[in-house]
Amino acid sequence: MPPAWAAPYVAPWVWTVVLALVKLVVVVAFVLLNATVLIWLERKVSGHMQNRVGPLRVGGPAGLLQSFADILKLLSKEDYAPRRGDRWMWALAPSVAFAPALLVFFVLPFGPHLVVQDLNVGLVFVTAVTSFTLLAIFMAGWGSDDKYSLIGAMRAGAQLFSYEIPMAMALVAVALATGTLDLVALVERQRAMWLIVPQFLAFLVFYVSSIAELNRTPFDLAEAESELVAGYHTEYSGLRWAIFFLAEYTNLLSSSILGALVFLGGWNGPWLPGWAWVIVKAYALIFVAMWIRWTLPRVRIDQLMDLGWKFLLPVSLVNIAVTGLWVAVRG
Amino acid sequence: MSLYVDLAVFLAAGLAFPLAAVLVSKLFRRDYPDPVKEIAYESGVLPIGDARVRYHIHYYIFALIFLVFDVESLFLFPWAVVFRDLAPVLALVEAIVFIALLVVGLVYAWKRRVLTWI
Repeated sequence: MPPAWAAPYVAPWVWTVVLALVKLVVVVAFVLLNATVLIWLERKVSGHMQNRVGPLRVGGPAGLLQSFADILKLLSKEDYAPRRGDRWMWALAPSVAFAPALLVFFVLPFGPHLVVQDLNVGLVFVTAVTSFTLLAIFMAGWGSDDKYSLIGAMRAGAQLFSYEIPMAMALVAVALATGTLDLVALVERQRAMWLIVPQFLAFLVFYVSSIAELNRTPFDLAEAESELVAGYHTEYSGLRWAIFFLAEYTNLLSSSILGALVFLGGWNGPWLPGWAWVIVKAYALIFVAMWIRWTLPRVRIDQLMDLGWKFLLPVSLVNIAVTGLWVAVRG
Repeated sequence: MSLYVDLAVFLAAGLAFPLAAVLVSKLFRRDYPDPVKEIAYESGVLPIGDARVRYHIHYYIFALIFLVFDVESLFLFPWAVVFRDLAPVLALVEAIVFIALLVVGLVYAWKRRVLTWI
């Protein structure tokens, strides 16, 4: 509904569409800006952890413009498709990868009212939407008709659905402890105490699973450079490859924001405005993910499956039972 | 109403953005088509046969187990939300029985060494 001052001039449906477009532009700008910063941050953090300085030369203080130079380079790269593959599947895979990454921001709140749409099933929406990433990876692997791509896609398939279960189970425990799936309400219930304290086990399961879901080291078997060239995106170049990269960093951002909202108290915090707290907490989680990347070696696929099915899943199921007992006793 | 408009706009934009980006890059790039470039990359060797061959049955079995537990998690979410409104002990026991039924399947798969990756 348009406000009173605009009501005589615009029809309600026009107002709804314009509002939706404004939200879209804000979210896309936020996503692109953060992806650029994240690429720069990843390279800087990697550099300093290896006793290097990371990008410096391209421009700006501390090589801040490096990511923009990369974007220009990727824009000017040649575009070619594998001849024998499934052309349509190959061409649509980047879209299918990016759409869910963007759609997650549909429900992620940055403040009590700073949210695109406050769904009462936000938590389920996030888990449902993020699982589409698997579809994109598989489309890329199948459509490329490249052995490396398909092996990468098969591995990614096994990995992503193995870790989706512990992740969902950890979030069930969260829903049980707070009694809501609404992300805004979830954060409001952490006013007194962050959820990471009573649900530390769920946080651990969630964080490990989210790193696995993001295909990040030590769980980057789907694109293990030393064995599979580039995994599922071996046959992609230029901007099509860049979209996969963008989707990956967008997913890193969104799952870290989700972790900050669900476990680290979201916008609850002193001094800073609420949305800044969300971003600070999310970036803290991102930094830890980068830190893990340079600390742990890649796991083998049997270790990967064992960790998911024989450790994280039983742990998260026990956590649900214990949380249920706790809630039942406390009333 | 505005919920579905927003959802449609976001979904359409998410699907269209990558395609639009590839189109825009046409302004910046020059393509030099060559049949050799279109061959699948196999570290410099010409690919032999189709990449889309049969894969190990393991992937399929894991997919089946995944399906069972994914549906279970969908049943558990509503239970978790309304838990406080139910008779707590009864609700807890029922859920634990429900989880236990599936855990039996997991243990069975574990014992039959289905979960062991070869």
